[in-house]
Amino acid sequence: MATVTLDNIRKSFGTDEVIKGVSLDVADGEFIVIVGPSGCGKSTLLRMVAGLETITAGELRIGGTRANEREPMDRDIAMVFQNYALYPHMSVAQNMGYGLRIKGLPKAEVAAKVRAAAELLQLSELLERKPRQLSGGQRQRVAMGRAIVREPKVFLFDEPLSNLDAKLRVQMRLEIRELQAKLGITALYVTHDQVEAMTMADRMIVMNEGRAEQIGTPLDVYERPASLFAAQFIGSPSMNVIEAEGREDGMHVGDMLLPNPTGARGPVMLGLRPEHLVPAPDGPLALRVLLAEPLGANTLLHGMLAGGQNFTASLPGVHTTGGAEVLHLGIAPEKMHVFDKQTGRRLG
Amino acid sequence: MGAGNRPPVPPMEKRVTFKGWLLPLCLIAPQVVISAVFFFYPAGQAVWQSLFIPDPFGLKSQFVGLENFEYLLGDPYYRASFATTAIFSTLVTLAAMIPALFLAVMADRLVKSAGVYRTLLIWPYAVAPAVAGVLWLFMFNTRVGVVAWYLGQLGYDWNHVLNEREAMGLVVVASAWGRISYNFLFFFAALQAVPRSIIEAAAIDGARFWRRFFTIVLPLLSPTTFFLLVVNIVYAFFETFGVIHTITSGGPQQATTILVYKVYSDGFVGQDLGSSAAQSVILLVVVGLLTVLQFKYIEKRVHY
Repeated sequence: MATVTLDNIRKSFGTDEVIKGVSLDVADGEFIVIVGPSGCGKSTLLRMVAGLETITAGELRIGGTRANEREPMDRDIAMVFQNYALYPHMSVAQNMGYGLRIKGLPKAEVAAKVRAAAELLQLSELLERKPRQLSGGQRQRVAMGRAIVREPKVFLFDEPLSNLDAKLRVQMRLEIRELQAKLGITALYVTHDQVEAMTMADRMIVMNEGRAEQIGTPLDVYERPASLFAAQFIGSPSMNVIEAEGREDGMHVGDMLLPNPTGARGPVMLGLRPEHLVPAPDGPLALRVLLAEPLGANTLLHGMLAGGQNFTASLPGVHTTGGAEVLHLGIAPEKMHVFDKQTGRRLG
Repeated sequence: MGAGNRPPVPPMEKRVTFKGWLLPLCLIAPQVVISAVFFFYPAGQAVWQSLFIPDPFGLKSQFVGLENFEYLLGDPYYRASFATTAIFSTLVTLAAMIPALFLAVMADRLVKSAGVYRTLLIWPYAVAPAVAGVLWLFMFNTRVGVVAWYLGQLGYDWNHVLNEREAMGLVVVASAWGRISYNFLFFFAALQAVPRSIIEAAAIDGARFWRRFFTIVLPLLSPTTFFLLVVNIVYAFFETFGVIHTITSGGPQQATTILVYKVYSDGFVGQDLGSSAAQSVILLVVVGLLTVLQFKYIEKRVHY
């Protein structure tokens, strides 16, 4: 168990800088999710913590001591890979015990620890099997088991659930979270799936093009996204972003006039979450509905605003609509997000 | 019953069924003809001839049944040739595979200019065995050879024409040299196919380079190693003829006369075609057995 500190970590491949200075303090036992689209540098960041990539600049501290130059094996970490990376020629028990055997633990002790971990992960029946005889979910568990028998200070997860089917993913999400909480081991978890990020994280770090767009609790990021990118990446369906002009009397979107909660002036980007829109006969937004997607609990209405902007609203319940229906919508001022048009940073 | 009972047809597989016999026969004819003319007929001839002893002038031959075989099995020279072949092929296989694996592991670690090394390491494979033999012969020639001269300067009197061990060493090296390239290519490709994440997982588990190599990489290479083992042994048995012929001609004192060379020298130098034919039949059986054994025993230890 340990804290992890990333102090202005940078990574360059040649002249190409892929991690452009990320700083993060991870508390002992905290579950941090690193989320972002592919190519944003999230896996590279994790691999730098693991010691599989060198750190170009900045300092990494694990448990308070500098770890930049330490070999992966000396960092006291364990990693779960996307493809599980099980040793195909070893049985489940051998896979889980490999690290302990290398440490030189006596056979009986290795076996005991492997049994204990297997019990925890419901793998006891499968210890003699080879990885190829296991299902995806079981392999995932073995990879977890291999990580926990070593009792590391830090768990690193590199998209561990992306090879599983949707149902299993939901189940494993819970299991990983429970296990981590039970063992109290600090965890860094990389994913591109914003639902995983929202449901699992104590705090999440939203990455884009090698930068941390925002670091905060999932609700923080959802309710007060720090940038346009974070705003659009988190939340499903994703946030509507439209150009607007802030004036004394409110936000002007074409002919439509919305409240101006931040008092911003000049051209801005306005972010409105589909689920925060409410039908109101005298609402300021006029949405011409082109397509309705009933999901049961709610209905997604895709269409266009008067100015031609694509726009989506999510209304509770089943909402049937005829073609080319115009729907009037309103939104509470405190649910509006205003971003700088140039930098994309949050205003107010 | 009925339609539901039929075994499911895999959707990807398309089976072509022919109506008559003519077209399928024509389609397989080339393969059958080539096999018959160049394999079955000569092999049959060898078996047939192994049952005869020709007279000294090659005009008549006398049927002797299995006498050729009986004689061979009692012949100390022939038994010595068996031992020579065992030693020779073991050494060639080891000398061709171990350096190749080592070079492949080293080349696999390279990030920069791996392609250059790879290309350079493949070149020796392009050299024909007989040419390779002459090349090594010149280097180690007792009178004009560069290496022999340097060894002489160091006080070592190299003479593979007289020394049996030196002769064996030289033909082994000359035979293995070109094969290293071939083996390297396969090992290198196999190494590249080992998933990076497995190596990384082992590194995180605390295994250092050579430990990883022996506990993770080598087992994962086993299908390739097995394949190369079979191919190299067959090579050492048969294709090294050119090397031996150019360097030692089987000498000194038959120290480098492997089975396939003895087939040649008894048959075409000694003109004993019956014995030569019997030897090639035995050789055929030996190689067949060896390959079956390898598949039976070693394939069990090949993972995946």
